[in-house]
Amino acid sequence: MLPMFFWAFVVGGLICVIGQLMFDVVKMTPGHTMSTLVVAGAVLDGLGLYEPLMDFAGAGATIPITSFGNSLVHGALQEAEQHGLVGVLTGMFEITSSGISAAVIFGFIGALLFKPKG
Amino acid sequence: MGNKKMTPAQEQYKKLEQKHETKRPVLKNCLKAFLVGGIICVIGQAITYFYIYFFHFTEQTAGNPTVATMIFISMLLTGFGVYDHIGQFAGAGSAVPVTGFGNSVISAAIEHRTEGFVLGVGGNMFKLAGSVILFGVFSAFVVALIKTLLTMWGVL
Repeated sequence: MLPMFFWAFVVGGLICVIGQLMFDVVKMTPGHTMSTLVVAGAVLDGLGLYEPLMDFAGAGATIPITSFGNSLVHGALQEAEQHGLVGVLTGMFEITSSGISAAVIFGFIGALLFKPKG
Repeated sequence: MGNKKMTPAQEQYKKLEQKHETKRPVLKNCLKAFLVGGIICVIGQAITYFYIYFFHFTEQTAGNPTVATMIFISMLLTGFGVYDHIGQFAGAGSAVPVTGFGNSVISAAIEHRTEGFVLGVGGNMFKLAGSVILFGVFSAFVVALIKTLLTMWGVL
C-alpha cells in the first residue's frame, strides 16, 4: 500500500511537471496544454501503454487529465469488442461518464451555492 | 509567431520587450508543480483505497468514484476561493489533475451566474473545459476506430 502512495506521488507529480514545462518552455496556454495532454492519453492507450502505468502508479495515472483520454478510448474499445464499429460511438463515454456528470452536477450546485468574487 | 512582416521599429520593440520580460523561474515552477500535483494524486490514491475497502470497488473501477469525489472537493475549494490561491502557487500542479478540469467548469459556472442560469451558467460552463472534451473525444474516436478496424482485419 505504501509504495503505491509513493509511486502515485512521483508519477502524478511528473505528469504535472510535463504540463508545467509546456506552460513555461513551450509557452502554451492552459487550454492548449490540457488538450494536448488529453490527446496524449488517448494515443498512449491506443498503443497499450497507459494501462501498465495505471497498474503501476494508481491514482498517479488516473487523476491527471491524461487519464480522461485513456478512459474515452477504453470505453469505446470495450463496446467495440461487443458491437463492432458502432460501439466506438456508443461506448465513448462509458467510463468517463462519472467525471463529466460530476463536473456538470457539481458545477451547477456550485453556481447555486456560491456567488462570484470580485 | 507571425514575425514575418515586422517593421524595424517593431523588431526593436520586441528586443526591448524580451530584455525586460521577467524570466520565468522554470525549475522552481516545476518543483512546485511536482509537489502539489503529487500531493493531489496521493489524496486521490487515499480516496481510491477508501472506495476499495468500504464500497467494494476493484482497483480498476475505483477510479470512477474517485474522480467524482475529487471534482466535488474541487467545487468546495473553488467556491470558497481556495483553488485560485493553490493555482497561483502550483501552476500546472493544480491544473493538470482532474481537479483542475473540475475547477475550470465550476469557476466558469459561478462566474457567469449573473447572466442568468440558462444563458450564463448553462452557456458558459464548458467554455474552458469544452476544448478538453472536444479533443479528447475526437482523438479517442480516431484511436479507437483505427484499433477496431485493425482488429477486424486481423492485423492486431
